[in-house]
Amino acid sequence: MTTRRSKRFWIQLAFTLLVCGFLVVPVVLSVLAGLSENFFVGVKSGLTLRWVGEVWALYAETVYRSIGIALACLACTLVLGVPAAYVLASRQTRWTRAIEELLVLPVAVPGLATALALILFYGELRWFRQSWLFILVGHVLFTLPFMVRSVVAVMAAIDMKTLEEAAASLGASFRERFFGVILPNARPGILAGALMVVTLSIGEFNITWMLHTPLTKTLPVGLADSYASMRLEIGSAYTIVFFFMIIPLLVAMQYMSGAGARDKGERWKPAR
Amino acid sequence: MARAARDARLHAWLLAPALAVFTAFWLLPLTRLAVVGWSGPQGLSAYFAVVTNAQYFRSLVSTVVLSLGVTAATLVVSGVAGLFLTRNEFPGKKVLLAMLTFPLAFPGVVVGFMVIMLAGRQGLIGDVSEWVLDERIVFAYSMAGLFTGYLYFSIPRVILTVMAAAEKLDSALEEAARSLGASPWRVVRDVIIPGLMPALVSAGAICFATSMGAFGTAFTLATKINVLPITIYTEFTNYANFSIAAALSIVLGVITWAALALARSLAGGTVSAAA
Amino acid sequence: MEAGAVRVRLEQCAKTFPDGTKALAPLDLEVHAGETVVFLGPSGCGKTTMLRIIAGLESPDDGGRVRFGDEDVTAQPIERRNVGMVFQSYALFPNMTVAENVAYGLKVRKLELAARDARVREMLAMMHLDELGHRRVDQLSGGQKQRVALARALAVRPRVLLLDEPLTALDAKLREGLRVEIDRLLRSLEITSIYVTHDQAEAMALGDRIAVMEQGRIAQIGTPHEIYYRPQTAFVADFVGTMNRLAGRADGATLEVPGGRLPWTGPARERQELLFRPEDVSIVDGAGVHLRGTVVSAFFLGDHTRLIVDTGAAQPLVVETTERRTFRQGESLALAVNPEALLALER
Repeated sequence: MTTRRSKRFWIQLAFTLLVCGFLVVPVVLSVLAGLSENFFVGVKSGLTLRWVGEVWALYAETVYRSIGIALACLACTLVLGVPAAYVLASRQTRWTRAIEELLVLPVAVPGLATALALILFYGELRWFRQSWLFILVGHVLFTLPFMVRSVVAVMAAIDMKTLEEAAASLGASFRERFFGVILPNARPGILAGALMVVTLSIGEFNITWMLHTPLTKTLPVGLADSYASMRLEIGSAYTIVFFFMIIPLLVAMQYMSGAGARDKGERWKPAR
Repeated sequence: MARAARDARLHAWLLAPALAVFTAFWLLPLTRLAVVGWSGPQGLSAYFAVVTNAQYFRSLVSTVVLSLGVTAATLVVSGVAGLFLTRNEFPGKKVLLAMLTFPLAFPGVVVGFMVIMLAGRQGLIGDVSEWVLDERIVFAYSMAGLFTGYLYFSIPRVILTVMAAAEKLDSALEEAARSLGASPWRVVRDVIIPGLMPALVSAGAICFATSMGAFGTAFTLATKINVLPITIYTEFTNYANFSIAAALSIVLGVITWAALALARSLAGGTVSAAA
Repeated sequence: MEAGAVRVRLEQCAKTFPDGTKALAPLDLEVHAGETVVFLGPSGCGKTTMLRIIAGLESPDDGGRVRFGDEDVTAQPIERRNVGMVFQSYALFPNMTVAENVAYGLKVRKLELAARDARVREMLAMMHLDELGHRRVDQLSGGQKQRVALARALAVRPRVLLLDEPLTALDAKLREGLRVEIDRLLRSLEITSIYVTHDQAEAMALGDRIAVMEQGRIAQIGTPHEIYYRPQTAFVADFVGTMNRLAGRADGATLEVPGGRLPWTGPARERQELLFRPEDVSIVDGAGVHLRGTVVSAFFLGDHTRLIVDTGAAQPLVVETTERRTFRQGESLALAVNPEALLALER
């Protein structure tokens, strides 16, 4: 009601800060652990990048592989997902709704089940089983619904049907409409979906752990390895590398969703 | 008429790649999984093993109890913090929000590591308790640690949902209640919570489903307690008990799918990722 | 919970929002006990802010005071002010039935069940909602919702009734009907009421006094008659009803304007602007002609005809006549203006 802060405000602020602390403090601790000479002694032992260096020597390959798979996953979801999203946004029939439900299943069901199913079905195919493509398949199944949903949402918001009808009335063929009108206007959704897919792929563990082989390790798999078998400083340094990759993506996503919300102009309005 | 037929054909072609990939790599394999589930020595009863077998039953119960507990705690914590953040402006709020939602991208393994940082053998809580109580409290590798980990990845998700829903609440309703004399607590009880109920139930169902299916966190914490995903994993990798693993994972899949379907019917929209 | 009609006073109440916008300049206002005052003005004029300050949803800037009777309620939050508030969007609680909504304020005041039920029934009867007690609010029509909102606000016998554009969300026919009901209700209850609207017809019908607001200030406060016939500023004159404006040179006996001469005995001046209402212009037949013009458009509105007449001035004149003939576009007219109706106003 006024700018005078009530007691309730301070109590709630303290509580929120506590929750925040709970979430952030371990992150800070792990970053410090990864950068200090000796975790037992703490930061007093001096800051160093040697652990990060060791991590890089041991696990650089996992980082590259994760990035590679994430980009490949992005390519696949774009090619598979954007046309599918177009169809789902154009038609609202029982079938399309069922298909949307279907595509979400790999997300609704634990990654473990998806992974087990893949192993049991394709395990015999040695070249497939042992290649990074096997992991890629798992990632694509898991991230596709996010791309589809993001693009469908944007297409609905821009009233894609009407835009298409206008373009068709002016003589544009399907290809011209799709690449000249629909895709450019759906770009915010595609971008948001892309960021989501890359972030999810880089961080995917539940499926990847089951599907990986010693020669196809990704970053999260490497992380699990290092937590189990390496000293704390290495695990921490490795986690720092992970944060490094994730933070720009998260910032980009925040920025995009902030820009989107600004356009819609919806915020809780303070007293008139 | 030709137009509609042409459209249908075009749409079919556009949808085909995604459906083909989905069928080849998910639908068929999962059907095979279901078949493997009842092809083992126990036959169809493998699907009921989760109830009939004591060990598996305990595993299921632990998982359900843990998930319910995490859901309840998360709803309360996120409700209070989320409402507070929606209603108040103060310097640094954006930073606070960023910090609260940052853990959204962490895989379960990293969450497990965070729990170790807090409550492991060299954890912060251990340090503090040693300083204050002369006793090192270490709980990362127990049910409490798992609970903490699940709380860690659930809170950011639910806070965002609560905030989104709270922003849509009609402030006139609260003002009306206040004009009739309701105290702040009454306003929360009579207006805000009923108004947020669909979002809370939906977020709660998602939280429950995610906790039920979570694997990475438990794996990192190498807990002595068995949650169902770990049980399934052990059956598959250590004991090569394919049919049991298959049956259990199908059962688990059905449970999480049902919870998420409930969430969707109440919220009408967004379902977020498992951890 | 008992309250006789109470006087409301605002003393030097101003409002500046945290982002710097000045919603209200310091103003003083007195609403007499039992009176209905309507705050009228365009959006952004500060009328809603003023209402919310009286309600207790906003605090005035330092130095402002709100008094109910002799009691200084400035520091009292809305929960304790015992006001009844009716919102534009009704703000009915969707998780409660009609009866539960109406009973809410009584429940909060811990009235026992029997007394509560009796009062709820009384309110529902008063608002002609007898059969709807058990209905959920989303099953109600707009008019019914507004009546429930009124019942709920009045159930607690508030000291002051505050209405924030309660009819704006309704369609025209419904609005007229409810306006009559509200007028009757306010008169019979003798409760001090403050009503906010941007609809001047509503203001004229409901207010004992009208406060016309402009950009955070009260431009004029007076009875509907005073506001309509003796507006003190051009803004007020323009906002309430339609006004014609003509400007020209005044020579002490007439005002020379495009189209003719108006009978104006004000001081001689190079440029004088006069305002007058459309209904004060009559069509004449040769004698006593003040202005001549041609009809641009004619709108037959049933009980009168509204004519837009071009007299050669910058703006066409609006003339209202009850003559029953049809007017044609391009027709020449000779007009006379009632000298007593001519107003000279500063902006």
